[in-house]
Amino acid sequence: MAPFIRIQNISKKYGKLLAVDNVSFNLEKGELFSLLGPSGCGKTTLLRILAGFEITTEGYVEIDGQDMVDVDPADRPVNIMFQNYALFPHMSVSNNIGYGLKRASLPDNEIKSRVSELLELVHLNGMGERKPSTLSGGQRQRVALARALARRPKLLLLDEPLAALDKKLRSETQFELCKIQEQLGTTFVVVTHDQEEAMTLSTRIGVMNNGKLVQVGTPNEIYEQPQTTFVADFVGEISFIEVTVKEQKGPYWLMQGAVPIHVSTGAKLRINQKVNLALRPEKISLTSKSTGKINEFPVKVIDWAFYGAGTQYRVVGPGGINLKLYESHNIPSKSNARQPETGFINFSPDSIIILER
Amino acid sequence: MNYFFQKFGRILVIWLPLGWLLLFFMFPLVEMINVSFSEARRAVPPYIPAFQIGSGGFTFSPVLDNYLLIYEYWEDYLWPAINSIRLAFFSTLYCLLFAYPMAWWIARSNKSIQHILLILVLMPFWTSSLLRMYALIGLLNPNGFINDVLIWAGITVTPIQMMQTDFSIYSGMILTYLPLMILPLYASLVRLDVSIIEAAADLGAKKWDIFRTIVLPLSIPGIVAGSLLVFIPAVGEFVIPALLGGPEQLMLGKVIWTEFFRNRDWPVAAAIAIILIAIIILPIVYARYQDRERIS
Repeated sequence: MAPFIRIQNISKKYGKLLAVDNVSFNLEKGELFSLLGPSGCGKTTLLRILAGFEITTEGYVEIDGQDMVDVDPADRPVNIMFQNYALFPHMSVSNNIGYGLKRASLPDNEIKSRVSELLELVHLNGMGERKPSTLSGGQRQRVALARALARRPKLLLLDEPLAALDKKLRSETQFELCKIQEQLGTTFVVVTHDQEEAMTLSTRIGVMNNGKLVQVGTPNEIYEQPQTTFVADFVGEISFIEVTVKEQKGPYWLMQGAVPIHVSTGAKLRINQKVNLALRPEKISLTSKSTGKINEFPVKVIDWAFYGAGTQYRVVGPGGINLKLYESHNIPSKSNARQPETGFINFSPDSIIILER
Repeated sequence: MNYFFQKFGRILVIWLPLGWLLLFFMFPLVEMINVSFSEARRAVPPYIPAFQIGSGGFTFSPVLDNYLLIYEYWEDYLWPAINSIRLAFFSTLYCLLFAYPMAWWIARSNKSIQHILLILVLMPFWTSSLLRMYALIGLLNPNGFINDVLIWAGITVTPIQMMQTDFSIYSGMILTYLPLMILPLYASLVRLDVSIIEAAADLGAKKWDIFRTIVLPLSIPGIVAGSLLVFIPAVGEFVIPALLGGPEQLMLGKVIWTEFFRNRDWPVAAAIAIILIAIIILPIVYARYQDRERIS
């Protein structure tokens, strides 16, 4: 079966600048796909290409078997929710939401019933007559969502949908957004620079850098099996250790750097290959006394920060290895307890990510 | 010194311009109202002030004669008044039609050239208005540049009558007042967020729909401001119709001039001017009222 949405070899040049560089991916119906990347990586340009506001230099977009190249934004089965919401300030909430339906020449009573359905969907019942300027940020965001959903698009594009909301409201809205998406079964593409948002929202994430799509995968794959140093570094906290492959020793590979490190991996490695080992903070344990476990070495704690649910440490090991580690507070922490100045760290050979250098 | 400025600086900054306005704007207006209620006479000045402070102390003897005269001969004044309003109305309309596309184009062009384009719009203001009118006469005359070209090209044999027509008057009006329309329109269009227009396009609106439902309603403040800026001076305009219009183009401005200089009847001239002010103020009051309606 052909994919629901096919994005094939898309490139976009502005003069000499290559904003989007040969991007291809497919979407299944009902997916919530996030485009994640730092600002200026081309993710918004890609979104605007899907909406039809930008014409591609190369490549094509196909939605539900229909080629989108020559289709106007007005005629695409695609709607977009803008980062600043772009609500029509001179129209009431109802007229904002009904705008797209009116353009489609739907009969008035049908527009009315669809608008009230949408108001209910986004929990804005009774707000239909208000002007956007009288609403709070969160309410405006929901009007924008309802307006974008009104034409029942096959694909909904969301440009930084939560960026304008404060932190508390953001997590609630995130949950709401997922619920609405599941309820309607619409395919969503969300552009975000917030990796936490991408993780919690998406069924799959596409990480972009310098116009290229560097990795596509489920949130779990992106976090636990990043394929490049960029992805590992951009998504979540991580520390790197530069090592050289020394030898295969039983079930492990022995890596030689500032300290010997055992790694279990199915990957093909060569002796003397130079690689980066990447370690997530929560995969490292800190103890005050030596436990005799594999991959253990002494460290000095140089900094620590209390996060409530846990504490993050910065430690320095032999040869100046700098690592971040995170210890969750399984038992209530004593807030002002003196933190250890020296100790030992260890990590499992299974929890290490190997990246090419 | 520093203390002086701290204490009196604010008072100085506010009251000096206010005093200026009071002295040179408010008093002449009050004086004109005063003259309009005065009795004419053959002397210098050619009226007995309705209100005056002199050696005999303080006298106040207003007469309604001037207004009654206008009321009695209302037909003589009605036609120039209608003519003035018609001319001002169509001048405003033509300015709006010319200015809107220009203002839109400037507001949507590259930020770096917007300032240059705005300076170009204001450029005609740098020469005297009278000079510009004579330049226009030079273009429109029967033996002017345009007719010369048309005859040379064989499009017409005899010169086309362009001077002393509505066409020549409106040309002069548009030439003079177009910048006053473009600037407020530009100001309201440049604030229009591109993403709002894109959102409308995304929701299925075609170009005309976007203009009708989004751009036009959001530029109404600019349209109102520009129209007032053109309409108000256009109603009282005297020089342009006098230079470019035919003798039958009797305008209220011309009537005032005639009463004032030819008949030396200052009180009647002042009374007509006061009525003209009343006519001009009405659209402003209406616009303000509309504004308040829209806000609430």
